[in-house]
Amino acid sequence: MGRGRRKRAKDGGLWITYGLLITIVLVSAFPLYWSVVVSSRDKSSVGRYPPPLVPGGNLWDNLSTAFVQGKFGLALLNSTLVAGSITLSVVLTSTLAGFAFAKLRFRGRNALFTMVVATMLVPTQLAIIPLYIMVTQWFGWSNDLRGVIVPALVSAFGVFFMRQYLTSAMPDELIEAGRVDGASTLRIYWSLVLPIARPGAAVLGLLIFITYWNDLFWPLILLNTQNPTVQVAIANTASGIEVDYSLVLAGTVIATFPILIVFLILGRQIIGGIMQGAVKG
Amino acid sequence: MTRGVQRSRDRLPWRSRLHRLDLTVSPYLYISPFFLLFAVFGLFPLAYTAIISTTAWSPRKPGSADVSVGLDNYRTLLTDENFHNALINTLGIGLVSTVPQLLLALGIAHLLNYRLRGRLVLRMGVLVPYVTSVAAVALIFNQMFARDFGLLNWLLQPFVDSPVDWRADSWSSWIAVSVMVMWHWTGYNALIYLAAMQTIPYDLYESASIDGASKWQQFWHITVPSLRPTIIFTVIVSTIGALQLFAEPFLFDTTRNNNGGSERQFQTIVLYLYQQFWTNGRYGYGAAIAWTLFLITVIIAAINFVLTRRIRSSD
Repeated sequence: MGRGRRKRAKDGGLWITYGLLITIVLVSAFPLYWSVVVSSRDKSSVGRYPPPLVPGGNLWDNLSTAFVQGKFGLALLNSTLVAGSITLSVVLTSTLAGFAFAKLRFRGRNALFTMVVATMLVPTQLAIIPLYIMVTQWFGWSNDLRGVIVPALVSAFGVFFMRQYLTSAMPDELIEAGRVDGASTLRIYWSLVLPIARPGAAVLGLLIFITYWNDLFWPLILLNTQNPTVQVAIANTASGIEVDYSLVLAGTVIATFPILIVFLILGRQIIGGIMQGAVKG
Repeated sequence: MTRGVQRSRDRLPWRSRLHRLDLTVSPYLYISPFFLLFAVFGLFPLAYTAIISTTAWSPRKPGSADVSVGLDNYRTLLTDENFHNALINTLGIGLVSTVPQLLLALGIAHLLNYRLRGRLVLRMGVLVPYVTSVAAVALIFNQMFARDFGLLNWLLQPFVDSPVDWRADSWSSWIAVSVMVMWHWTGYNALIYLAAMQTIPYDLYESASIDGASKWQQFWHITVPSLRPTIIFTVIVSTIGALQLFAEPFLFDTTRNNNGGSERQFQTIVLYLYQQFWTNGRYGYGAAIAWTLFLITVIIAAINFVLTRRIRSSD
């Protein structure tokens, strides 16, 4: 990247740049560090002045209490199921539709794609009441993971993202060649498009997984305290009159650190995806 | 592939008909999963919300689903002080969180655009808050903003007479909620700006500096105008996000009656919608709030679009 096109800061300026950026990174990381500090202390030290700034020895106690009281074991499993199945479905349906919009000719293509883009603007909250009625009363999925998963199986953003990706990544000649060889469209999709789409699909998958791992609004409405996702579980531990903040923040540690580890491993791809989507969007 | 060709050579008309069918029909097959599911779980609820908003539906009153009240729910909204309050809170928090956030993001992107060692680590560090869930952000900051023994009040101790009760006043609760939003989204927006900055040709800066333009002038007269489409994009996306603010005020309110503070200081529109729909079981009224919110969103997005377009383009 860059190839000498980007500006180079000179001498003193460089140190100021580093200083500012490191400060910003510390500010970004501090609240998470602090959630570890509080969740590694006992209840009494949370109410002490000055507040503790280094971790104590109670981390494992608090984590295991959170697991038992807040049902965090089940919650982690539920969140994995929810975010995992939504991710699979969104990636598959978005790649299919993105391929059609990017590379196939059909009547109404532009109008339909405009519709996809327009639907990205519709807020989910707008549909919350009918969605609740449909899912709980018509389908009977109250307190059921299916109610969280099924409405999210497709994503307008996903279709948009994969169309943009395939438009530039997939050469038309390759499809022509496939046609000359007598391959059906499905065959072309399976053997030519999917392998080329893989990097884009991986980035989309990561973004979708993060989004649904972190989603609170809809699962909070649909799931009760006995069958939570991790976000619902941490919201639950924070409700009530006497809130034990070392337990609450132990919950945030449980909800945040799995996804943070994924991010640390795949950060380059996630950043690439956000930046790529931005330039084209 | 070749085996299939050989087998069907003797019935070519059938095969070519199949081929034509494949060309015309399969695009629709491929986009159909999206449109089918979107119709059921996106479009239909949208229309159904409009219908519900004209009824007095409450699950606590049997038969109320069929009682039509026309536009009464909307008329009530016009005079509902709690709704006005929620609207003002939403717009206020939106301004306090979005404007500094995007300016800060622009600055951070500018810094990240220098040729630096360890830039991947720096970018990841800036993006860490984005990966953290809104619920976790809200709960962590809740603790930092606590009146007694909160980290922030401890830091402010030398500057104020008595600890700030962040939840008690409009201004302080708006700041607290905005800080959560800013912490969460600034890095994400910075990366979006950074991506756009990297497409600006270096020659532009070179010729500007030959003409004697300072770094600051270059930033205002080259960088910002070149980012115009991206700035419009981020302004509109953040505005829509700000109008839908829910989890932060929901979790900041420790009483959990969804009032958004004792005097509804930080009750946002979606929190009010949630309260009417969930706590009070007023489906009809909640649906009217939802549609009104949608209209407000469209209007504000349009205003933003027109305003941000006025940033001078570089070409």
